[in-house]
Amino acid sequence: MLKGQRGGVLRSYALIAPLFLFLLATFLLPVGMILWRSVSDPELRAALPATAAELSSWNGQGLPPAAAYAALATDLKAVDGASLASLSRRLSYENPGFRALLQSTKRKLEAAPAGAAPDLVALDPQWGANKTWQAMKRAAGPVGIYHILSALDLKRDYETGIGPARPGQALYRSIILRTFMIASTTAIIALALAFPLCAFLARQSDRVRNLLLLMVLLPFWTSILVRTTAWLALLQDRGVINTLLMDMGVIDQPMKLLYNRIGVIIALVHVMLPFMIFPLLASMRSIDPRLFRAALSLGATPFYAFRRVYLPQVMPGVMAGTLMVFVVTLGFYVTPMLVGGPGDQMISYYIALYTTGTLNWGLASSLGLILLVVTLSLYAVQNALLRRSGVGVR
Amino acid sequence: MRQTPASRLGHFGLGLTAALVLAFLMAPLIVIVLFSFKDSGDFTFPITGWSLKWYRDFFTSPTWMAALQNSLILAVSTTLLATPLGTMAALGLAAPQLPGRRLISAFLLIPMIAPVVIVGVGMYFVFSMTGLTATFPGLILGHTSLAVPFVVVTVSAVLTGLDRRLLWAAASMGAPPLLTFRKVTLPVILPGIASGALFSFATSLDEVVVTMFLAGPGQRTLPREMFTIARDTLTPTIAAAATVLIAASIVLLIASSVLGRSNR
Repeated sequence: MLKGQRGGVLRSYALIAPLFLFLLATFLLPVGMILWRSVSDPELRAALPATAAELSSWNGQGLPPAAAYAALATDLKAVDGASLASLSRRLSYENPGFRALLQSTKRKLEAAPAGAAPDLVALDPQWGANKTWQAMKRAAGPVGIYHILSALDLKRDYETGIGPARPGQALYRSIILRTFMIASTTAIIALALAFPLCAFLARQSDRVRNLLLLMVLLPFWTSILVRTTAWLALLQDRGVINTLLMDMGVIDQPMKLLYNRIGVIIALVHVMLPFMIFPLLASMRSIDPRLFRAALSLGATPFYAFRRVYLPQVMPGVMAGTLMVFVVTLGFYVTPMLVGGPGDQMISYYIALYTTGTLNWGLASSLGLILLVVTLSLYAVQNALLRRSGVGVR
Repeated sequence: MRQTPASRLGHFGLGLTAALVLAFLMAPLIVIVLFSFKDSGDFTFPITGWSLKWYRDFFTSPTWMAALQNSLILAVSTTLLATPLGTMAALGLAAPQLPGRRLISAFLLIPMIAPVVIVGVGMYFVFSMTGLTATFPGLILGHTSLAVPFVVVTVSAVLTGLDRRLLWAAASMGAPPLLTFRKVTLPVILPGIASGALFSFATSLDEVVVTMFLAGPGQRTLPREMFTIARDTLTPTIAAAATVLIAASIVLLIASSVLGRSNR
C-alpha cells in the first residue's frame, strides 16, 4: 500500500509538472525579470568600470578621493559611444544636464595632451560639486534601490538620508493615490448597484433568477473592448445619453461625459459589476429568510432587523465582492486609456508608457513591483477572509 | 405573510432598482448592436434607416478579415494548448494528500489575478531576448498562460464532485489506471474540460494588453484593431465588429450554460 501511495504522489507531480514548467517560463520568469529590472542598475558599471569601483568604496560625503577622479578620466577616455549614450540616459533621470557634461568632459579629455594628470574640476566646475558625484554613486550599481525610491518620489542623499526626490512634487505617489481613488470609487458604486439587484434576485424563483442572470452573464462574457467601445458611443457629446437628456429638456448643453473621471467610473463600474454580483448573490442566497421575519415578528423595525440580522449575514459576500472589484480595478489599463483624459490614467498606463515609450525600464519595473505587491497582499487578505467566513470558492 | 402598503412599496422600489441596474448592464450592448445596423453611420438616435452595409464593410475589409483570422488562429491554438495542460494539472492536484498541494495550486492560479500589464511587460522583457516578440508562438504562449488557470479551476471543480469510491471500485475489480481514467473519470470531468476550453477560447479572443506588448504588425487581432480605431474616431464598422464579437459571446455563453446544466 505504501509503495502504491508513493507511486500516486509521483504520478500527481508528473501530471502537474508540464503546466508548472510552462508557467515557470511564461509567467514566473517574466515577473522575476520585472523584480530584477526594478533593482538592477547596470549602465554606469558597464560604461565606467573603474569609476564604479571607486564610487562603491566612497561614503558619498564631500568629494570622492583623487583615485575616483583619475579613474573617471581614464574610463571616460576609453568608453565607447553606445555605452556612454546609455549611461547618459540613465543619469539624465537625475539631471538632464549629465548628457552634455559627460560628452564635453570626454571631448576635452581627448583633446588634452597625454601624460599630464587631467584636472576634471578645471574642465568643468560641476565635477567639484558633491551632488554630481552623489548622482554618480547612486547609479554605481550593479544593483540599487534608486528606481524603487524614484517610484515613491524618494531619493537617497548620502549626506542627509532618504528624502523627497523633487521637493513639493509627488508625481508617482499622486498616480498611485489616483489609482486607489478610482478603484475604491468603482468598488463602492458597484456595491451600491449590486446590492439591491442581488436582494431582488435572491428572492425570485430559480427559473426567473436564472433568466434574469443572463443579463448579467452576457455583458460578463462580452469582450471588454466591445463594452468600452459601446460606452464611447453612448457618452459622446452628441451621443445617446446627451441627446436623450437634451430632448427631454433636462440639459440644454451637452454634458462632458467622456475623457474625464465620470466616463472612466461609468465604464469601470459596468465592467466590474458582475464581479460584485456573483459573490454577493451567493451570500444572500445562503441566508435563511426566516431569521429576518422572526426579527420582525419579535417587534424589530424593518431597519433595525436589516442592520442587525440581515446585514451581518451578507457581510462576507459584501467584503469578498468589494475587495475583488477593488483589486481587479487597480490593474486596469485599456478602459481608462480609451474613455479617460490625461488626468485619469492609472498606474498600469505609466508602467506601459515607461516600458515601450520612454524606455525607462527601471522605473516601469518599480511601479510594476508596487502594483504587484499591493495586488497580491490584498488577494491574500481576501483569501484569509473567505476561509474564515467559509463563503465563496470551495 | 400579510403585506403592509409600505412593504409593498418597498418591494416595488427594489424591483424598479433591479430593473434599472439590469438595464445599465445591457444598454451598451443593445445600443452598439442597433448602431451596427443604422444606415447613416453615426452614433445618434433616432434610427431612421436600416442597412447591412457596415457588415459588408467589415467582411470585405482586408484589415478586419486579417484581424479576425489572426484572432481565431490565436484562440484555437490557445485552447488546444491550455486545455490539456490545465486538465493534467487539475488531475494531479486532485490527490488530497499531495505534499505542497495548496502552494502549487496557488502558483498555478496566480496568472488569473496578476495585473495584466505586469504580465505583458514581463513577457515583453523575456520574449524580446528570445526572439519571441512579433511572432505567433510568442502570442500563443502569452495567451495560454493567462487562459490556463481557468481550465485548472473548471476541471478541479468537477473533480471534487467525482465520487472517489467509483475509482476504488474500478481498481478493486482489477481495472488498470488508464482504463479507469478513460471509462470512469473522463466521462465525469468532460463537461469541466469543455467549459475550461470555452473559457480559454474567450480569454484569448478578448485579450488585448499582452497582445499590444508582444504583437508585431503581422499579428493584429480583432481587439487590437478595435483599440486602434477606438483611440482615434469611432467608425460604424467598429459597431459591426463589436456585434460579431457579441454574437460570439452569446454562443459561448449558451455553450457554457448547457455544460453547466449537464454538469449538475
